[in-house]
Parts: sequence; C-alpha cells; structure tokens
Amino acid sequence: MLNFTLRRLMYTIPTLLLISFIIFIVLDLAPNDPTGNLPLTIPPEVRAKIRASLGLDAPMYIRYLLWCQQFFINEPLNLFNEWFGWCIGDCEGRLRVTSWATRSPVVDLIAERMPQTLWVVGMSYVVGIMIALPIGVISAYKQYSWFDQFGTLIAMIGFSVPTFFTGVLLIVIFSVWMPNDSFFWLPSIYDTTLDVVDWDSFVKQMRQMIMPVMVLALYNAAQISRFMRASMLDNLSQDYVRTARAKGLKEKTVLLVHVLRNSMIPVVTVIALGIPQVFGGAIITEQIFKVNGLGQLLIIGIQGADIPLVQTLTFLFAVLIVLFNLVADVLYGLLDPRIRYD
Amino acid sequence: MTNATAEIKDDRKYRSLWGDVWSQFRTHRGAMIGSFVFIGILLAVSIGPYLWTLDPNYADVRNRNQGMSWGHPFGTDQLGHDMLAQVLQGGRISIAVGLTAMMLSLVLGTFVGVLAGYFKRLDGILMRGTDLFLALPILPLLLVIIMLFRDTLRGMFGPETGIFILIVFIIGITSWMQTARIVRGDVLALKEREFILAANSIGTPARRVISRHIMPNILSPIMVSATLGIATAIITESSLSFLGLGFPSDFPTWGRLLFDGTQRIAQAPSRVIFPGLAISLTVLSVNFIGDGLRDALDPRIRGR
Repeated sequence: MLNFTLRRLMYTIPTLLLISFIIFIVLDLAPNDPTGNLPLTIPPEVRAKIRASLGLDAPMYIRYLLWCQQFFINEPLNLFNEWFGWCIGDCEGRLRVTSWATRSPVVDLIAERMPQTLWVVGMSYVVGIMIALPIGVISAYKQYSWFDQFGTLIAMIGFSVPTFFTGVLLIVIFSVWMPNDSFFWLPSIYDTTLDVVDWDSFVKQMRQMIMPVMVLALYNAAQISRFMRASMLDNLSQDYVRTARAKGLKEKTVLLVHVLRNSMIPVVTVIALGIPQVFGGAIITEQIFKVNGLGQLLIIGIQGADIPLVQTLTFLFAVLIVLFNLVADVLYGLLDPRIRYD
Repeated sequence: MTNATAEIKDDRKYRSLWGDVWSQFRTHRGAMIGSFVFIGILLAVSIGPYLWTLDPNYADVRNRNQGMSWGHPFGTDQLGHDMLAQVLQGGRISIAVGLTAMMLSLVLGTFVGVLAGYFKRLDGILMRGTDLFLALPILPLLLVIIMLFRDTLRGMFGPETGIFILIVFIIGITSWMQTARIVRGDVLALKEREFILAANSIGTPARRVISRHIMPNILSPIMVSATLGIATAIITESSLSFLGLGFPSDFPTWGRLLFDGTQRIAQAPSRVIFPGLAISLTVLSVNFIGDGLRDALDPRIRGR
C-alpha cells in the first residue's frame, strides 16, 4: 500500500508540472496586454519599461521557469520562514510570485481569502453529507416506497437546477419577499468584516451563512444520496446480509453495522473525489452571495488580466483535483481489503 | 399434415430491438414527462418567436421594469425589452449551444475512446491524455480562455458568431473525457467477443470492423452520454454567462438574462425567475430522459 502511494505520488509530480505548463501556455498565448488598461497618454517607451518591470520582455520559457522557481522553491521556503522562523538562503530579497494588480505576493492574497471559502464550502459539504447519508440509507432500505420516490425526485431536482438559480431563488424568497424585520429574513450579502466575539455576532454569522451553505449543500446532497442509495442496494442483496439475519441479529444491527459499513466504501471515495469540484462550484456561489473568497479572487484576477494571480490560483485548483484523486485511490485501497494495488 | 402446419399463423407480434427499447422507455414515467416537457420547450423556442411577435430587442422605454401583465406576460427589463420574447430568443441560443457543444464532445469522446480501446498502441498515450484533461480545473480555465480570446474571435467572426464558436468549442473540448472513458471500456470488452474475431479472421480491415461491428454496439452508452452532455453544456454555458463572461447583453441567453436580472432583483424578482425556470426545466427534463434511456437501453433491466 505504501509502495503504491509512493508510486502514485511520484507520478503526480510530472502531471502537475505538465498542467502548470499548459495553464502557462494558455495564459501566454492570449493576445492580451496587461498594460492595455493603463491610460493611453503613457508614452511608448514608459510602457515598454512597465512591461520590462513585469518581466514580460523575457522569452516564454524563461518566464515559465521563473514562475516555477518562485512557486515551487521560494514560496515554500517563505512559508517555513513565517511559520517556524527558519531562514534558509536569502530571506529578505527572495523573489515571490507577485500579483500585477496589487503588487503584493499572490500567496498572501490567497491566505487572506482562504478562510471565507473554507468556511462556506467546508460547511456546505459537511451539511450536504449529513443530509445525504440518512436519505440514501432510508431510500435504499425502503426501495420504491413513497420516501424513495420523493427522494429520487428531490435528488434529480437538486443536481439539475444550477446553483446560480437556487441561490437567486433563495435570495428572492428570504431577502426580497420576506419583510426586513421578520425572523426569517436573511442577508443576501456575506459580510466578511464581521468578527465573532459574542452570541449576537455568532447568530449574525450563522444567519449570513445559511443561504450560501444551503445552496451548495443541496447540490452536494443530491449527488451523494444517489451514490449512497445505489451502494446500499448493491449490498442489501448480498448473501452475508441473509446470514446476518438468519443468525437472528436485530434489523438495526444488520443495517447499520453490516450493510452501512460496507456501503460506505465507494461513497467515501466519491466524497473525496467531489471536494475539488465543490471548490470549483463555489466560484459561482461566492459570486451570488458576494463572499470574498478564492472564487471571487479568481474572477477579479481574470477581469484585470492579472496573469500571475490567475496562473497560481488555477494551478492550486489543479493541485486539489490531483491530490484528492490520489486520496480517493488510497482510501479505496485502505478501506476495501479486496482491493490490492501491488 | 404439412399443409395444415403451414397455415398456422404466427400471432406473436414482430419485435425489434428498438421497439423493445421504446416500450421500456414508455414505462418510465419521469422519462415520458421529461420528453414531453423537452419537446414542448423545443417547440416553444423554435416556433414561439413567430407566435409572440414582439421584437426582443425593441426598447419600449415607457414600460420599463414592469411586472407580469397581459401585454408582457413575463414583464419587461430596465430598457423596456419584453421578457417573454427575450426568454424565447435566449432559449434558441442556449439550446443551440447545448446541442452543438454536445455533438462536438460526443464526436471527440467517441473518437478517442474507440481509438484507445481498439488499438493497443494508442491506448496508453490517449488515456494518459484523458486523465490529464480530467485533472484540469475546467471552470477556471474556461473563464480564463473566454476572457483572453473573446476579443480576437469577435474581431474575426463578428460579435455573435465569434462568441458562439468560442463557447461551443471550449465546452466541447473540455467535456469529452467521460464519454471517452465509457466508450473505451465498452470497446475493450467487445473486442474479445467472437463476432469481432470472426470479422478479423475473414480479413475485414479495422475501419470496417469499427464502423460495422463496434459502433452499433456502443450506441447505447453514447446516447446516454449525449443526453447528459446536453444538460452539462447548457449549465456550463449559463454559468459562464452568469459570471458575466458569456454572451453579450444584446445577444441574450438564459444565463445572461438571469445575470442581468440579479442586479435588479429587489425591483423585479420575476426577471430572474423565468429564465432560471427555463434553464432548470430544460436540464431536469433532459436528465430524466437520460435516466429513462439508460434503463431502456440496459438489456438486464429491459426484460423485466
């Protein structure tokens, strides 16, 4: 198992390098000038100097290697420096990946935005799983009952209706139609400046999180509950279930200990595989509720043609995908003794 | 005696494969409702603009931001455009994008899948490529590509055709991977069957084995991916438009109408509800059709 994990880890390195190169080429091929947004009165020679200061006059492969050096070597070293105080090499003059728009290091910008995204996305995924698992179990156990039929319909609606419509619909209902002083009124804009210090601000934080979290949770729950149901159905018809019942075990034990544990194996991997997609989907949800998380940072970067920012963020999304694919494979091998990779 | 047996008529009805599929499909209630809704939407957007003759781009400045009324069943927007006409017009583009992007991704996916499954030499490299594409963060890349290439293509093909080509193309080339994987798996299984061996042994060239023997047998997974592909393409296009990076305002799609509506959500909630409902209904009905097709085309379920 360890062997397999190591081999897969080795394999991710060239994959990630290739992906970063593809992203770099796409951004570089673009017929787009970062100085295009500057006023037209700037004389051409100054413009050329600005381009040179952004490092744009160097050939493509040099700029790519520079980005690689900054991202893969300088940034981790800098993180070590900040976290543990270890200073390796030149700590002060080290070149970091710098945003063109704000002139501050991209990693700092990302660190600023990370908590909001993690709160909303992480919470929604947890809520989604908590909703999905019981629904999946019950609808498999009572297959073709009204609960199952209803659950199927809701799940179908959940992953057919795009999050930007559910989000907007919730805003119409709870922010527009609901009277402002009502208990059920919810804010449609996520306020990041809110500090949770006492009970009141905690309630406020919860209220502003309800809508974005519910929108994403519904979408995730729809998919996971389908997988849970299918996996439960596969296991319920197995011989070991009949054996367990024949031994006289309680139905509850049969269902929740024997069947559920075995059915969770594929579901856990599906949950792991879904995490990067949730980050991608959060781009839209963050835009609806104006959460200033990573998704919004990406949109701002794209609109401002801030290439280093976009390059780094897009690459981080790719890292998430590759990483969780690996996690899913390893988890599958760990949980299911029938799977042997060696 | 021989004459008597010859006169006995076979009363059993002739059953064809597609007849069986159709009768199984009809028992799936959701799929039938979905088909009716989808055909209804297709009819509405294709002949609707001839029946509801208001010009979607005519700005009736006196009747801005109106709610629902007999003159404007879906209300009007901030420039006085009739929303019903806009939704019908937008549906044409949204569905056209969905269908064309689906076709493109299906052709690409089937091509890659068949090549990888049939020719062992190509398998490794093609599947590594598929894995690589699956690891790309699609939505951020789509946003980046549109933002960066929009103006160039607009200059080359005009504002509308340019953005249409761009969106269809990038949705198509970023969504073929699932189809390719499914098709490859099916082709690998089919290749070991006796009829392929027989075809090979009488010297049939590979292209004819693929077109005569392989393609008809992988039609069902392709059809299922086709329906799911329409749904994903419509959702992707609307998300791009919703983020403000799709079609321009004067060339509205459902996603664009929804995006424009959210900015005035407090004054006119109906402006977001109708385009949103249109997207959701279309995707929902297409997904139900896909569900029914999957059941109908699965021979293990069909017999029951």
